[in-house]
Order: sequence, then structure tokens, then C-alpha cells
Amino acid sequence: MKYEVAVAQIKPQKGEVAFNLERIGEIFAQLEADSPDTNVLVLPETILSGYFLEGGVRDVARSAEQLFQELLALYRRHVSRADAALDVCLGFYELFEGKYYNSALYVTLSASNDYLLPTLNHVHRKFFLPTYGVFDEKRFVSRGRTIDAFQTRFGRVAVLICEDVWHSISATLAALKGAMVVYVLSASPGREFGGHHVGNIAQWNVLIPGIAEEHNVWVVYAGLVGFEGGKGFTGSSQVVDPWGNSLIQASITNEAVIRATIDMDDVAIARANSPLLADLEATLGDITLQLQHIAQSPHQK
Amino acid sequence: MNRLPIQYAPKFNPDANDNLEINEALMTDWLVAFLQDEIVRRRKMTKAVVGISGGVDSALVAFLLERALGAENVYGIRMPYRSSSQESLDHASLVVQATGINVDTIEITDAVDGYLNYASDADGRRRGNVMARMRAIVLFDQSQKLGCIPVGTGNKTERLFGYFTWHADDSPPVNPLGDLYKTQVWALSRYVGVPSVIIDKPASADLIVGQTDETDFGITYAKADRILYYLLKGFSENRLVEMGFPQNEVRLVKRRLDTTHWKRHLPTVAMLSNTAINDYYLRPVDY
Repeated sequence: MKYEVAVAQIKPQKGEVAFNLERIGEIFAQLEADSPDTNVLVLPETILSGYFLEGGVRDVARSAEQLFQELLALYRRHVSRADAALDVCLGFYELFEGKYYNSALYVTLSASNDYLLPTLNHVHRKFFLPTYGVFDEKRFVSRGRTIDAFQTRFGRVAVLICEDVWHSISATLAALKGAMVVYVLSASPGREFGGHHVGNIAQWNVLIPGIAEEHNVWVVYAGLVGFEGGKGFTGSSQVVDPWGNSLIQASITNEAVIRATIDMDDVAIARANSPLLADLEATLGDITLQLQHIAQSPHQK
Repeated sequence: MNRLPIQYAPKFNPDANDNLEINEALMTDWLVAFLQDEIVRRRKMTKAVVGISGGVDSALVAFLLERALGAENVYGIRMPYRSSSQESLDHASLVVQATGINVDTIEITDAVDGYLNYASDADGRRRGNVMARMRAIVLFDQSQKLGCIPVGTGNKTERLFGYFTWHADDSPPVNPLGDLYKTQVWALSRYVGVPSVIIDKPASADLIVGQTDETDFGITYAKADRILYYLLKGFSENRLVEMGFPQNEVRLVKRRLDTTHWKRHLPTVAMLSNTAINDYYLRPVDY
């Protein structure tokens, strides 16, 4: 099965959720006009508000259900073709059961219920909250408790947010739960300008193909762009195949939409030659025992 | 026996500049994008004003602003005091010629002396502070007149050394160089085309005749930057000495860093409520 994925890296206006939603609506309209065969649109972490909000999180947070309805209304305002549908994955600050989260939602939107019933497929709440250096997330949002894969129209996928991916265990859990595509949403501030790439992007360019190659999954990376108070986000959205090849990568500074074809059959082909995930599954019992031992034996000598 | 060659990782060289090397092209693009974003997008302004001292920092900022906003939208202000060197004025003119930016010269002698007439006991440091604060007054007033924003030129080394006048040269709300060590400023300046005579001369605040930064510090920028780099990464003084840095130099740099910490912060405010600004009421500057 093949499908078309688009990644839009745009610069949100700080705290201006209504404006940013309209901007996403414009992208819906543009995709419908220029590439109506797009099946999935991915947008970066905190695209509704910008990333560094500190106490402003409480001003912009909304429930996933509210955002789903807002996106659906927006889509139907901009797209009227009877058989139009689009899956959307994006990052936002969420208010859920009295707590704030840095979350991502995955929804299926359609122009008409008769053609396809719109669905709120999944919400991922950021599992690893960076709280060091320039980051201060634990102070303002709660931590998600699960990493899950979930079913979509195009197969089983998972969503991870930024630091989630810097711990290899996150993508491992997603792959073990059946994800064949991992969507990674990020707001990565540029720092260290000594090498060929900005330092954090050099690291992402190791992490993303590394995940793809280890688990033979597709990885779609959406990076925020633009500056917030002197801190510039480094874009560089990319689509990486299950062998770790980057098929396309956007610039570090400019707004852009990139598009690529995802062939889910590639996952099986890649795994046939490199059955690392199967090897991992076969050893899960022993690994679980090891992890239990580590978790129950703090301060080991 | 089939002996295999053994390759050892190279030993640490405290004289190597590897960690301070920058990708000049990439960094230039980034800083131009930063200036455009801060000035044009965020503040809806099209022009900027910068004090042109004749030194390398303000020269680099002028070159970056020219790329970001266009020469016609950049105003360089020369602000000499009577003891300022002619060379500084001449080098400022070189920057203006090379970039094509607008220029004005506003002598601060009368304003500075107007106050110093009441402070005949002022030593060199106090006199220098008055000059720096007067230049800040001029710069902000000119920005008001021109309807634009003042741009700062302080580099990371002088910020870490506290080698500036508090709420004077550090006061402009936008600064592209504040996270660049002086050695990196030199490298970037060469890349963007700052005249070499400005880059190669000894850096000087030019507040006192014959003054140079490195004499004031007691250490060269090249050595100080390498030590600062590791101190800021979290390496201890002992570790740096073990790595081969001279103990006296490490101590000197660490002392300057620690004793000037307060200068890199806003005034200390007594916290009296659980809505104290910047303690509880937290909003980023661009929110």
C-alpha cells in the first residue's frame, strides 16, 4: 500500500492560536489545489502556538476533541470536493483532565461524512519532557505515560515528540507495538554552528535514519521553523525510508512543504534482509527480566 | 604474530581552537535571519541604528545589518569623546564606506564633561562608565528620532568577563553577537568582509588612551575563549588544569566569570507575592 505524505514546516505566531489555525487552513486549501492526492499532512510540535510559552501554556491549551472539531470545520471550509479526505498529525498544548500536556493528535478529516467519517484517531502526550538548559517543560506541562502505536487508514503508525526520540527506547516501543511509520514532531532550537550542519540538526540526522534503519520503519520528521525571542528553530523536516535513506529534507530556516510517497511494502522488504525487530521480539522475555531487575534495584553496587 | 596497528585517539591540545571553529556561511545566514525576524517580523520595524566605534564588533554588526535590512535602512552613529583616537574614527568611516550604511557623528564630549565637571575626583573607570552610558543615551534617542531599533554589539567573551558598563553597552534590545566568543567574532568578520585593519588591530574599549582589552584582562582573547568554553560546559578548574591549561590563567578567567555574574542579569527584585514577575509570572520576551 502506498500513500502520499506532506510535511509543512511553518512559523507559527506566538500565542496566536486562531491565526495559526487559519494558516493551517490555508495549507489545506493549497494542498487541495496543488496536490489533492495528499493523504497525510504532518505539522511540527506546538504548531498552534509556538514552543516557548512558559506560563502562557495555560492560555492556549485546548482539548484534543476541541482541536479535532476546529480542524474539521477548517477543512470543510477550505475543501469541498465530495470525496476529499486528509489525515492530519500536529503538535499542540493540550488540556486533558485538569492537566496540561505537550501533545500531538492524529485525526482523519473529510469533506463529507457520507464519504468518510471523521475520526480522532490518537493523542500522544510527550513522554520525555526536556527540562535542562534552554528547556523547561516539566515546569509547565505534565508528562505523558504511554507510547502507543495505533491504526490509521494507511496502516499502523506511532507519533513521538522531540526528546521522545532522543531516547532510543521510545522508537523501540513504537516499533514493538507494530508501528510501520513513526511521525516525529519537533521544535528544535538551533545551537552549535561549528560543523557542516547546525549541531542539533547534525544529531537529528543521525537519530532519524538510525531509528528507520534499526526497526525498518518509515520516519517522517516535522521540524518547527522561525525564531522565538532569539531562539531559532531549525526546520529540516524530512522523510526517511526503512533503510535509513533521507528522501527529501527541507531547509533549516524557511517555511516549506515537502512531500514523499510512503510505500508500506518497503517495511517488509527491509525487514526480510535485516530482521532486527524480530530478533528483539524473540528476546523480550529476557529483556523484561533485565528491566524489572534494574527498576527494582536502584543504586546497584 | 600478525600485529595489528593500534590507532590512539589524539590527546587533548589546550592550544587547539577546534571547539571554537564556526561554519561562517551558515552562521551568517542564521544571524541575518535572526535580525530580520527580531526587527522586521516581531517588531514591525524596517530600520536599525548601531553605534560604530571603529572596532570589530560593531563593524561585524553593521555588515550583518546591511545584509539583513539593506544599507539604506541602517544608521551607524559615531560617538567620539575628545580623548577617542583618530584611528577609531577613521576605522568607523571604513565600515561605513564598505557597507554603504548611513552615518552620523555625534560628539559626546560636552555632555560627558557637563557631568564630569561635578565629579572631578572620577577615576578612569568612572569616566569610562559615564562615556558608555552617554553613548547609550545617544543611541536610544537616535533610535527614537529615526523610528528604529538600537542593535547591540557586545560579544560573549566581554559579557562573560563583565567587560562592559551595566545597562549601557549591553542595553540594546537585540544583539546578534552575544553568544559569539571574540575569536569567533574575528572569524565571522573575516568571512563577511570587515576590513582587515579593523580585525587585526588590538581590541580596545578606547575609553582611556592606549588601553587594550587584553592588557585589561591579563590574558589574550584566544586563551580566555578556550578556557571559558570549557568552564561553561561544566568542566571544573581542576579538570582544566589536568587538561593542560595553566592554573593561573584558569583561575583568572574563573574569577572574572564569577565576580561579574550579576552584570548579566536584570536588577534583583524582592519577591513578595506568588505572582512575582519572572519568578511566578513567567512569559517569554516574545510572548
